[in-house]
Amino acid sequence: MSSAITDLGHHHAHDEPKGLARWLTTTNHKDIGILYMLFGLTMFLLGGVFAELIRVQLIHPANHLVTPEVYNQIITLHGLVMVFGALMPVTAGFANYLIPMMIGAPDMALPRLNNWGFWLLPPAAIVLVLPFILKLFGIGNGPVDTGWTMYAPLSVQGGLGVDFAIFAIFLLGASSLMASINIVVTIFNLRAPGMALMKMPLFVWSWLMTSFLLIAVFPALIAGSAMLLADRHFGTHFFSAAGGGDPVLWEHLFWFFGHPEVYILLFPTAGILSQILPTFARKPIFGYRAQVYSYWAIAALSVVVWAHHMFTSGMPVAGQLYFMYSTMLISVPLAILFFCWLATIWKGSLTFETPMLFALGYIVLFGIGGLTGLVLADAVADQQYHNSFFLVAHFHYALFGGPIMGVIAGVYYWLPKITGRMYSERLGKLHFWLTMIGFNITFMSQFFLGVAGMPRRIPDYALQFAPLNLVSSLGAFLLGAAQLILVYNIARAWAGYGQPATSQVWEGAHGLEFTLPSPPPHHTFDEQPVIA
Amino acid sequence: MSANTAATTRRYFVPKPSPYPALLSFAIMLLAIGLALRVNGYPAGQWIAWVGLASIVFALVRWLGNVIGESEGGFYHKWEDRSFRLGMIWFIISEVVLFATLFGVLFYERNVSVPWLASLDTHFTPWPHFADAWPTAGPLGKSFATVNPWRIPALNTLLLLSSGATVTRAHHWLKHDRRGALIFWLAATILLGVIFLVLQANEFYEAYTELGLTLGSGVYGATFFALTGLHGFHVTVGVVMLTAILVRIVRGHFDPSHHFAFEAVSWYWHFVDVVWMLLFVFVYWL
Ligand code: HEM
Ligand SMILES: [Cu+2]
Repeated sequence: MSSAITDLGHHHAHDEPKGLARWLTTTNHKDIGILYMLFGLTMFLLGGVFAELIRVQLIHPANHLVTPEVYNQIITLHGLVMVFGALMPVTAGFANYLIPMMIGAPDMALPRLNNWGFWLLPPAAIVLVLPFILKLFGIGNGPVDTGWTMYAPLSVQGGLGVDFAIFAIFLLGASSLMASINIVVTIFNLRAPGMALMKMPLFVWSWLMTSFLLIAVFPALIAGSAMLLADRHFGTHFFSAAGGGDPVLWEHLFWFFGHPEVYILLFPTAGILSQILPTFARKPIFGYRAQVYSYWAIAALSVVVWAHHMFTSGMPVAGQLYFMYSTMLISVPLAILFFCWLATIWKGSLTFETPMLFALGYIVLFGIGGLTGLVLADAVADQQYHNSFFLVAHFHYALFGGPIMGVIAGVYYWLPKITGRMYSERLGKLHFWLTMIGFNITFMSQFFLGVAGMPRRIPDYALQFAPLNLVSSLGAFLLGAAQLILVYNIARAWAGYGQPATSQVWEGAHGLEFTLPSPPPHHTFDEQPVIA
Repeated sequence: MSANTAATTRRYFVPKPSPYPALLSFAIMLLAIGLALRVNGYPAGQWIAWVGLASIVFALVRWLGNVIGESEGGFYHKWEDRSFRLGMIWFIISEVVLFATLFGVLFYERNVSVPWLASLDTHFTPWPHFADAWPTAGPLGKSFATVNPWRIPALNTLLLLSSGATVTRAHHWLKHDRRGALIFWLAATILLGVIFLVLQANEFYEAYTELGLTLGSGVYGATFFALTGLHGFHVTVGVVMLTAILVRIVRGHFDPSHHFAFEAVSWYWHFVDVVWMLLFVFVYWL
């Protein structure tokens, strides 16, 4: 190979920019992965503040902490920030940091594009929350307040916050598409010799499916948001019957994106689980093939079930039936995943380090999320449960119980690899138990509230709902406080405290990343390994 | 899984740190903030947007300049080339979804929303003399006509089809290293693209001034402009990129075996071509 490549490609450490400039200009997958993860953590805390505000407002009826308008802004931003700001970036961070190491690649395939994909995110977050600040200067009436689903006609009539949200969606979409394209290309083109597709770690598979889904559905949301912008300012009637359009069309576009989006959030953490369980069960993963095929089945089904979110929006009976049964069908491949996870730990020599605890918690909580999803998927029952707190509880079991638990498990699992330091196991266990207890207090009570008839997205409620709301709020405070332990544990390892980690970190860990030192050198696999 | 100590010798080109991606992102942020303010009637937004746009152009030019320098400097080999190809293919797939969504919208309006509105009680029609007709005239209450597909649109179809042929011809001569013929056919492609755009602009003008077909004239008008406008934007981008390629060719870039940028742009151009065929059939004709 020509030496010119060595000169430009493997420039020496001394001409790398330092400080902020390093992070702004980096083309290194590990740097970019860390940026994604830190950004995600920051957004998780911001979204958490919004969540706690919601629960403070709802702690007792007739509370006047915030006005109804501000309440709507808070719940909307909570949803958007958690989904687009916290979960998606954090899983993309894992992808960037881990995939090249897992498949023996020198870096991501398109490193500058990779950097661009990340740096679109902070601007998107700024655009989203800027109306808070503009309002202080008398411009507009604050950020978007329509709920994260931005249904027309409310979003057509809303204030300037909606426009800022639309532009934020454009930036987020560009970022997600770029990251996905990069990941697909990396997986197809940069695997080490011998790393056949069916030998790849399941985490890599899970991100391949996530990327496919993002490429397949995010453009639909971008198109829909552009149409919304046109309806708001350029006189079109896409979502208004006054010109022959239909507000329900927005729901179709949003959920054509939105339902696959829940699997976009789920997949990477299902992959994380399939890395963690074999490690602490000291057994190979059960049903590797079955899991890969389940991923395919879930991805394929997820793009044809979207209208289960619209059972109450008006749909012909045939449509209701189709979307009901196709939705229920998704639980089959999901159940196969569960079965494989359980079979993996079955009769293993289990130990319960913090990553394992969170992984097991994931199985329990996400199981509840999936089962209550089946309840909602019943088109007849959903007339009662739709937009009640039952729905809120369902998707928090599905989203916190699944993806967030999975991300936390992944953080504890790979933190020693990334920082070279072990976290405090005692604090990790405490974090797990407080999270489990806090989470179930917060959201189990919401199932009952929902069945009793309490609607979502309201700043006040009837007296009969008071006791359970108090319980839920107290649980939320505990849950929120527990997450500070996570922040402490990360900061502690980052600052270089704690036991040094070995290369393998965990006794039962396998995979290329665990053959590298902890922390791994800045550039890994300049020369690709050959996989036996 | 075990990693053999035997290592490969092939090396992948990882570019050195670059300030342009982050610069580009913050420039896009300015554009977004500016536009969001502007559409809400704050004139200052306009200036923020212009600053953003200028910075976008600056960052893009510098970034692409780096890429071209690396390409001409011989840093890209088969392995990198394959990444670029795959990347472009997946980018075009995402564009397919974007257009497919708008075609889906067209289908929904024509077969669901307008017929459903027509099936309601006649006292609840959205505007006077509303009828279940497609294209629908919309609520403006002025005279309304659609573009005759067999005049300018048909001509535009011919133009774009031939431009697809000319760009293929140019590629042929690039592979045979005949610069003169290459420049001729590429310039012809650009010219056809420009004529298409001029005719299209003229058609939009007539739609507004004579036909009463506007963004506000109901869902047909809105979707008509969404689809043809987005397509026209793609043609514009395509023309700009083809011109950049032409400039590079005049400067002696590319060789018969090494010209990914040319191929990427021609893929894009063919894609835009195919979209137009679908537009012609579903928006103008049927
Ligand atoms: C077998 C699995 C699942 C089934 C059958 C299912 C079913 C449903 C149904 C029918 C709804 C709509 C209810 C309504 O609006 O009245 C719903 C809402 C929701 N689901 Fe699931 N779900 C499943 C798994 C998941 C997973 C894995 C996630 C995320 C990781 C998820 C996240 C959500 C969210 C966020 C919403 C509510 C969105 C909103 O209205 O704001 N679900 N689910
Ligand atoms: Cu769904």
